[in-house]
Amino acid sequence: MSSWAPHLPVLQVVVPLMTAPLAVLMPDRRLAWALATAASICALAIAIALVGDVREQGTVVYEVGSWAPPYGIALGVDAMSALLLLVVAGASTLGLLASATSLPGEIEPQRQPQFYAAWLLSLAGLSGILVTADAFNIFVFMEISSLSAYVLIAGGPDKRALPSVFKYLAMGTIGATFYLIGVGLVYMMTGTLNLADMEQRLATVGDVKPILVAAGFITVGLALKAAVFPLHVWLPNAYTYAPNVVTVFLAACATKISIYILIRFDFFVFQGNLTAHDWQFSYFLMPLAILGILVASMVAIFETHLKRLLAWSSVAQIGYIILGASLISVTGLTASMLHMFNHAIAKGTAFLAIACLALSISSLDIRNIAGVARHMPWTMAAFVVAGLSLIGVPGTAGFISKWYLIKAALEMGDLAFPLIAVILIGSVMAVIYVWRVVESAYFGNADAGMSGATIKEAPLAILIPTWIAVMLNVWFGLAPALPVELSTRAAELLMGHMP
Amino acid sequence: MEYLGLYNYWIAVVLLMTGFYAVVAKRNMVKKLIGLSLFQAAVFLMYITMGKVDGGTAPIYTAAGGEQIFSNPLPQVLILTAIVVGISTTALGLAIVVRTKEEYGTIEEDEIQQIDEHTSGGQQ
Amino acid sequence: MSAVFGIFLLTLMLITAIAVVRTRNLFVATTLMGIFSLLLASNFFLLDAADVALTEAAVGAGISTVLFLSALSLTAEQEKPGHRGRLVALAVVLVTTLALLHATLDSPLLGDINAPVHQHVAPWYIDNTPLAIDVPNVVTAVLASFRGFDTLGEVFVVFTAGIGVMFLLAHYPQKPPHQPHHGLRHYLIQRLVGRTVIPFILLFGFYVQFHGDFGPGGGFQAGTLIAAGIILFALLEGPNSAIKVIPSGVLKGMVAGGALLYGGVGVATMLLGGTFLDYSVLSSDPVAGQHLGILLIELGVGITVTGVLLSIFFAFASRKHF
Repeated sequence: MSSWAPHLPVLQVVVPLMTAPLAVLMPDRRLAWALATAASICALAIAIALVGDVREQGTVVYEVGSWAPPYGIALGVDAMSALLLLVVAGASTLGLLASATSLPGEIEPQRQPQFYAAWLLSLAGLSGILVTADAFNIFVFMEISSLSAYVLIAGGPDKRALPSVFKYLAMGTIGATFYLIGVGLVYMMTGTLNLADMEQRLATVGDVKPILVAAGFITVGLALKAAVFPLHVWLPNAYTYAPNVVTVFLAACATKISIYILIRFDFFVFQGNLTAHDWQFSYFLMPLAILGILVASMVAIFETHLKRLLAWSSVAQIGYIILGASLISVTGLTASMLHMFNHAIAKGTAFLAIACLALSISSLDIRNIAGVARHMPWTMAAFVVAGLSLIGVPGTAGFISKWYLIKAALEMGDLAFPLIAVILIGSVMAVIYVWRVVESAYFGNADAGMSGATIKEAPLAILIPTWIAVMLNVWFGLAPALPVELSTRAAELLMGHMP
Repeated sequence: MEYLGLYNYWIAVVLLMTGFYAVVAKRNMVKKLIGLSLFQAAVFLMYITMGKVDGGTAPIYTAAGGEQIFSNPLPQVLILTAIVVGISTTALGLAIVVRTKEEYGTIEEDEIQQIDEHTSGGQQ
Repeated sequence: MSAVFGIFLLTLMLITAIAVVRTRNLFVATTLMGIFSLLLASNFFLLDAADVALTEAAVGAGISTVLFLSALSLTAEQEKPGHRGRLVALAVVLVTTLALLHATLDSPLLGDINAPVHQHVAPWYIDNTPLAIDVPNVVTAVLASFRGFDTLGEVFVVFTAGIGVMFLLAHYPQKPPHQPHHGLRHYLIQRLVGRTVIPFILLFGFYVQFHGDFGPGGGFQAGTLIAAGIILFALLEGPNSAIKVIPSGVLKGMVAGGALLYGGVGVATMLLGGTFLDYSVLSSDPVAGQHLGILLIELGVGITVTGVLLSIFFAFASRKHF
């Protein structure tokens, strides 16, 4: 076991990556599921081990092929990566555990091995982005995760998934290509692809215009992938019409990893080398973040389809994450990282509850779930806890990140009051859209909805992963030491690159 | 040679925007995919143009030996990867288009939207 | 002279691209894209990118055209006219174009060997390839060894597309078996010429696979060529005959097997005490180890690419037409 220890960063990627072709070769869908879940649990174990290593020794490095960077590709796991690795591996594991129950209703048995292979590829792609320290390597793994995400979304029974995933494909590919253009421009001015090396060499570059253009392309490209307002238009439909466990996984991770790339690239490479870039970053992203929070929450209030309501809520939450980053302070970045972690837990739980609901309810509309809480108490209780976390009620994980966000806003002097107002209004709107669901489920008139005879509580096999997620919400709401520590270290790392 | 270099970049920029226009403004799904291919091809041209060295040749050691000036191998490696990624995306996109035709009977986006609004008006 | 030729090619590319966007017949658009790819490949060749030119010609002009035509035969030939928002899109595009053109005015001169892009990493690759890896083709050395992790990712992107297409197009109506598709069997000239040419295509494919260390070539180009040869066979004889030659189980094995081979080499190097994809440990002599490693992973790439392209083609070709 100890001989594997130095290889952990690359194993984080290789384990799910190599399991994918094995899953395709499996003749039986249950074998494919078992293989995928085992690989995911293994990835989670590696992520936990990496967190331990990062807390002890700082950044964990690895040279692939034993070629030193920048000639070879180097991997580097620091606090920022480790925190998100936990999110990705955790969401994947819980989603896979739930899929044993949830998937058969949506995907036929012959196609399930390919589904699980695509899931593993998505996990591998996201992990690859998080561990690498090379700009082009990020592009390659970004495309692995994107292509596999398109496959996962498109395979479900609802035909409306097809135009949704096509829009996601078109916008996502434009985003990835913009990122590629940006990397090309930076490469043109520095001659290297390694992020740390880029930062050093950019300092000696005299002509700044191509670098500015590069920063612009990279920011817009990643904003497309991260569904930052107003480039979010692909997200609501893609999340709504995907198979339910797919939404659990993607809503927890996918956009956050794009924001991770954006923040890492910007702070590590550009902030130190472009004058007044911190103003550019803030002035560009802060208004978009605020608009995202307000507009998306407003749409969520009027939305009746449960999954689309939560998808719009995700767009708003992405706004919170961007808002924290745009404050360019240790507290702001800590809040941003924390919210990536906590929102993943909250939204993951919410969508797991939806997956449970979907087993008994055919149409996931607010009107159709009237009174369903009487028949599915555990499912709805899980949803309630997730909703409380989304709102930011003390005792849940969501509260911690909102608290840090408010602290960061308080440091902003003149901007403090409007920022805090936006944060609180967003939370109030969250109360409204969560309450609408809860009200219908608990106090709705059962006669107006489906007949109660066919609705029964979700099976234990899917309730267990759902309630593990619920417990995580409460745990990290009451004992947030680990994510706070990692987030703060990440924020300090990022701010350390400021001029 | 200076103008040739600039001309390469200008054509790349115009191709980029042509492809982008096709993706954004056209309603036919296959046309959008073609636009995406054009868009990516422009980026390939940009990278390879930047790799060219005056008086250089392809970075392959030949029996000639001696002092050889080579063009930059790294952009070529990156674009090899990017081309493969591009065709993979296109293949997946085409599979989605074929499935869309089977489910909706059309591959024009405005018609698909109308069909969806029509059915969901009765459904939800 | 080559400068004039370069300008000519680029202008032709631009005209072709505009024609592609404007035409409403999708078959015409696809054919024009094939021409565009060939022009682009020629331009790459002018810019000293031999490997890339080969890949663009094989992938862009070859496989891409086949895939588009297969998809078009299942969907629609004509694009519906008229699109709202056209003027707004055009305005945005024009403004962005002017902004970008302005930005390029500051870019370093084309071809200047002292430009920053040619410093630092690139000369190191050129100088160290003969010492550390000892293959003549520097691009292959960088692709397969120095940046082998990227190429691993690339193989898995191809793998993802393969299983994605399999996943999406698997369980829906196939052509009924009693309705045999004879391909172009009744056309004598195509059949004779095609059958004569196919062995040479496959031979060239194998040549490119194993000669990639010494000249332009490698796993991706080889896989594309071999797949193209088999696709030609399928077009001539009908997809059912071709599926008998390479059954779907074998294809699935190729798709997964190549990727597993590549990753397996990496796992083997870890077990032998090196880092992931450190080929030097595969043999007592590090340079021989590098050769072995490159051979194996290129083989893995070639197998997966062939398998995926064939799977995708068969998925489209054996689908019930609407």
